[in-house]
Amino acid sequence: MKHLLLTAVAAIGLTMPAAAQDPIKIGAVLSATGPASFLGEPEKKTLEIYVDKINEAGGVLGRPLELIVYDSAGNANDARTFATRLVEDDEIVAMVGGSTTGTTMAMAPIFDDYEIPFISLAGAVVIIDPVQPYLFKTPHTDRMACEKIFEDIQQRGMSKVGLISGTGGFGKSMREQCLDVAGNYGIEIVADESYGPKDSDMTPQLTNIKNTDGLEVIVNPGFGQGPAIVTRNVKQLGIELPFYQSHGVASKSFIDLAGDAAEGVRLPASALLVADILPADDPQRDVVVSYKSTYEDATGEDVSTFGGHAYDGLMILVGAIERAGSDDPVAIRDAIEETSGFMGTAGVVNMSPDDHMGLDLTAFRMLEIRDGEWTLVE
Amino acid sequence: MTSELLQFAFSGLTVGAVYALVALGFTLIYNASGVINFAQGEFVMIGGMSTVFLSALGVPLPIASIVAVAVAVLVGLLLWALAIEPARGASPVTLIIITIGASIFLRGLSQTVFDKQFHSLPPISGDAPVRLAGAAVLPQTFWVLGGSFAVVVLLWLFLERTLLGKAVLATAANRVAARLVGINTALVVGLSFGVSAAIGALAGILVTPITLTSYDVGTLLALKGFAAAMLGGMGNPFGAVVGGLAVGLIEAFGAGLISSDYKDAFAFLVILAVLFFMPAGLFGRRSVERV
Repeated sequence: MKHLLLTAVAAIGLTMPAAAQDPIKIGAVLSATGPASFLGEPEKKTLEIYVDKINEAGGVLGRPLELIVYDSAGNANDARTFATRLVEDDEIVAMVGGSTTGTTMAMAPIFDDYEIPFISLAGAVVIIDPVQPYLFKTPHTDRMACEKIFEDIQQRGMSKVGLISGTGGFGKSMREQCLDVAGNYGIEIVADESYGPKDSDMTPQLTNIKNTDGLEVIVNPGFGQGPAIVTRNVKQLGIELPFYQSHGVASKSFIDLAGDAAEGVRLPASALLVADILPADDPQRDVVVSYKSTYEDATGEDVSTFGGHAYDGLMILVGAIERAGSDDPVAIRDAIEETSGFMGTAGVVNMSPDDHMGLDLTAFRMLEIRDGEWTLVE
Repeated sequence: MTSELLQFAFSGLTVGAVYALVALGFTLIYNASGVINFAQGEFVMIGGMSTVFLSALGVPLPIASIVAVAVAVLVGLLLWALAIEPARGASPVTLIIITIGASIFLRGLSQTVFDKQFHSLPPISGDAPVRLAGAAVLPQTFWVLGGSFAVVVLLWLFLERTLLGKAVLATAANRVAARLVGINTALVVGLSFGVSAAIGALAGILVTPITLTSYDVGTLLALKGFAAAMLGGMGNPFGAVVGGLAVGLIEAFGAGLISSDYKDAFAFLVILAVLFFMPAGLFGRRSVERV
């Protein structure tokens, strides 16, 4: 059967014009459906939109790009199976994908074995620390988010932080990173509470935080609806202290869900979120405005930072293929590692053999919610 | 210190009232059919999500709420007519598995019919917290508590004062005997699904302004509601309410006084302990197997 199929494919191939260039195959395993679909869906759309755009403009190295997408539905086992299929059957030269940290870490060993570069779109710091030769990532890490928040708290002359974190993967990991970097900014964690990712009332935890001696500021690492409820509960209890959320809730729906309670909340976020209000001389403005309008025109949906990570990943890869001048995976890998001065939606990327993400703290903007809108804190 | 304790108590009662209503839904269906309906949490979700989407379409909130309850009742009746009734000869375990399937199906369906985002509703009487002896309580909390109380009273009146209600009680007490005296037990089971769905939907509408809603809020509510029903004694409506409030209070005081990391663990530990010493729950009837 397989032979028959191959013969048929070969026959069709022969009838095609000989001038047609072999496509450069890139793979993507994304969580396009399932619980992490809010990550995978915009990522998939972004990759498809931009691969089409690149091909219309003549492709890469004069050859078209061929994007092969599989949907892992957020399942690490499925992701691994698809990754194997990508490298063995589809013979891709590079991969942009892995919506979640779980799927990324499950797939990473396969790409390492086959020596194919893998640019992940997931957040956690474990992806790039320790550095693995074939594994890269485009989003900020939660560690950077903590650093950005603590930097801002330090600048405001405060130090005593009450932490209330979600126990889901995101909140848990960010809490650990926050505890780890707190000392670098002279921050003292005076209260450390948690809540389940599906909890619907956090007033007991916040009551305890409120009654902590010397408390100056509250930080809430978390994701999903939890932070919106925490924000409402903070207002309900009449806590007037400065309140920080994480980049995990950097979307318009957070403001909608938290309502009036979101007023005055600060959080670190990528410039993409505030593309419209970036000053004209901001070096990132062109990139984020262009991506935002392209995405919103093509899909009719609001842009999200997650799709931006896919844009960054694809553009870093395309740049690397062009610099390498070939589709040899190892050459592409070397070129990705030499990426420098690339301006993406997440910030300036300067990779090195020790840093497979290449972002610094300037990539994050500190935002404050005023009158139900994002404003830049400078 | 007292203001803190009061704050914990209100937190626990609000969450507990929802568990109580879910547990009540479990109890009704269990009494009428011996089935534990794990799609009970989905009724709560349907109530909340339907109201959100109807009011987004411009339907006034009171009408949206009534329609949402009607939608949930319809779903409850369809669940009974299409999934439970055709399998009536099957063992309770099979029927329970059917309800788990139904719950997964309803979750998937609402993912496409509605969306995958979280949504909220405006509170009925504003969101300026009420100060009670140092504790800050949202006005919506009183609506949740009052609504739950009203549901319990209405349900009691229905069961004790109407012929149909007595038919439900009779079916619960002894299905064969009920059928022998001319009660249409199949209809009673259908009715219990409808009423359970209505109670669940009402709970969903009342708590959405506080807890938010999304297509998948039902799973955890079903789990907590089931635990509450077991704690109170499966099959006892009074026990369901007490069990629900107790689980909510244990969670709130556990999180506030001991550690928020083990909030869920406290509730389940207490339930395990109670069931160890009182296998039928706090108010459960000791089941007697006749051979």
